[in-house]
Amino acid sequence: MDIFLQQIINGLVQGSIYALVALGYTMVYGIMGLINFAHGEVVMIGTLVTISVAGFLIKAGMPVIFAGLAGLTVSVLVCMALGWGLERVAYRPLRNAPRLTPLITAIGMSIVLQNVAMIIWGRNYLTFPPLLPSVAFEFGGAHFTAVQVIIVLVSALTMGGLLFLVYRTKLGMAMRATSQNPAVASLMGVNINRVIAAAFIIGSALGALAGIMVGTYYEIAHYQMGFMLGLKAFTAAVLGGIGNLAGAMLGGILLGLIEALGAGYIGDLTGGFLGSHYQDIFAFLVLIVVLMFKPSGLFGEKTGDRA
Amino acid sequence: MQAKLSVVALSIASVFALGACGEKEAPKPVEAPVAAPVAPPPKPEVTVKLGHVAPMTGPQAHLGKDNENGAVLAIEELNAQAIEIGGAKIKFELLAEDDQADPKQGTIVAQKLVDAKVTGVIGHLNSGTTIPASKLYSDAGIPQISGSATNPKYTQQGFKTAFRVMANDVQQGKALGEFAAKQGVKTVAIIDDRTAYGQGLADEFKKGAEANGLKVVATEYTNDKATDFKAILTKIKSKKADLVFYGGMDAQGGPMAKQMADLGIKAKFLGGDGVCTPEFMKLGGPATEGHYCSLPGMPLEKLAKGPEFKDKFVKKFNGEIQLYAPYVYDAVMVMADSMKRANSVDPVKFLPEIGKTSYDGVTAKITFDEFGDLMSGAISIYQYKGGKLEYVTTVGAPVEVAKAEVAQAVAEVKDAAMAVAGAATEAGKGAVVAGAEAVKAGADAAKAAVEKK
Repeated sequence: MDIFLQQIINGLVQGSIYALVALGYTMVYGIMGLINFAHGEVVMIGTLVTISVAGFLIKAGMPVIFAGLAGLTVSVLVCMALGWGLERVAYRPLRNAPRLTPLITAIGMSIVLQNVAMIIWGRNYLTFPPLLPSVAFEFGGAHFTAVQVIIVLVSALTMGGLLFLVYRTKLGMAMRATSQNPAVASLMGVNINRVIAAAFIIGSALGALAGIMVGTYYEIAHYQMGFMLGLKAFTAAVLGGIGNLAGAMLGGILLGLIEALGAGYIGDLTGGFLGSHYQDIFAFLVLIVVLMFKPSGLFGEKTGDRA
Repeated sequence: MQAKLSVVALSIASVFALGACGEKEAPKPVEAPVAAPVAPPPKPEVTVKLGHVAPMTGPQAHLGKDNENGAVLAIEELNAQAIEIGGAKIKFELLAEDDQADPKQGTIVAQKLVDAKVTGVIGHLNSGTTIPASKLYSDAGIPQISGSATNPKYTQQGFKTAFRVMANDVQQGKALGEFAAKQGVKTVAIIDDRTAYGQGLADEFKKGAEANGLKVVATEYTNDKATDFKAILTKIKSKKADLVFYGGMDAQGGPMAKQMADLGIKAKFLGGDGVCTPEFMKLGGPATEGHYCSLPGMPLEKLAKGPEFKDKFVKKFNGEIQLYAPYVYDAVMVMADSMKRANSVDPVKFLPEIGKTSYDGVTAKITFDEFGDLMSGAISIYQYKGGKLEYVTTVGAPVEVAKAEVAQAVAEVKDAAMAVAGAATEAGKGAVVAGAEAVKAGADAAKAAVEKK
């Protein structure tokens, strides 16, 4: 039982990380119908900037908590600027191009960002400074840390905050209008350039937050860390219904749980025939089954022509 | 239409072929005077291109760069020596390629090197890329020496061109199994990263462990890009293993050791050469304390040329040796040494000489068996202690170990003797100084007496 509980905790934390990244994908997709494949790299940049800033300040003798907050602020600002720049350089000129074109530039931007990060931070793995105290808890034989609790809380709060933004504010209303029909929205006085830029900036800020969480949790970072993470988070977003904020959260947590339980029990259930190397296959199998019965994902709504 | 096109193509091709023939014939009369030197001309300089392949991007880029640094250092030294082979001055040139630790990319860059007509290849780093690439080199007759590919399959394919300057995983797996048994471990869990290297090492360790009476209670898998191992580690925890063996690289091993500690797993961690790096300790933090890993060969400090190489490396690249750099350095040197002995830079001529190598390298005395494997490869076990790799013991190659230990004892005796001699000299010096002072005082007294007069 303690092992099962431990696997649930493992899955929940891993899933919350996926969810936090998936929110960034879904945010942009919900408004523009564009899959921003460079989002994983924004997460990576967020982590690496925090390492540089917080690491420097800690070395300069600043208390860890302030250094961490400074790192967070700088990395969120850098990622916001990056998100704005990405949209301005790679996507806005292609707003009316065929849908495949921005997808290609997205992949291109992802490669560019990886290589820029490699030039700036080098090829080596970097250690993330321990910004949060490593307090460990034990509950029913399962071990977990304060960082894990914070990750789950942060992703839940972020989702709540985004839901509030989209459904309760004027900017959110403009976003929903742009999502439904950009041409009509602009006729109604919505500055769609500004709305889309805002979506990118907010999505990238979330990416920075996700990056800091990932960094604090694993305590390592690397210029390629965003790639797999982005892919998994994208899968989570699709599973939950891309474009839907609650769906991204649910999809992420579901994917994390499936992976943990798959890796933990698949070997015993099949009598050793399938091992833990099938955990990804298991996760994608669930995705395929969900998409067969609900092509728009678990929470996905019919988004019409733009989806 | 198609027939017509092909006729056109054929005629174009034949025109080109003719053109090519014509070009070939033209320089012939020019060549003749060069072939018969009348006056001694300046010695011709021949550039020998050596290919080097390792992952320069991706999760193992830090190890790839380390390998390349080893090769760069060797090439620079060779060029500084201004070697002459076959009457020509030889200039070595390194063609460094990036295979991203990916088998597919490995064959692509291998073909690129074959097309570039390299004289020899150093690498690749990973077994997974080395094995498929070795066929291309073998077909092209290009000698290949890897400094780090340890999967036994690499040299067992029957290729005459494949060599390695590191003990293979059969030796390493056996030694690790023996070592684990000696630690009083009863049950082991095995994790591998599904690469040719990780899987091969894990399989060999399993054999070694079972041969020593250990029970394998769990076999789990991850991949060489993963960062989260909590699910498989939790399962291992439920099987209550005394020791967790990981066949894979440091980038996964470090976080794995850390996550073991997070989950409250008390088992020891044991890994092969891929995790025996400073990077492992950097990534795993304090959680790596007390765990073990193994490395083919002897520790650099215990080898005659080891400390010298370390100094050179640190001075040139302003950083620590990660892992395989000394082995890659030796691989380049063995290649050059074979060329010297064959007195030719033609692979056909110097390839047989590689097999006959007896080279006193940085990492070992290098001789190859009939497969191209390093003979008498020793395996050393290290423990992570206080952020450093501490040498524990060496398994295999008892003669070399004994020799090294004798050498160390001799060195210690020498040091002691020197110290004694130093002390004696020091005492002597004191006496001389005292004497000199006495003389000076005497002189002063004499002077004073003279002045008084």
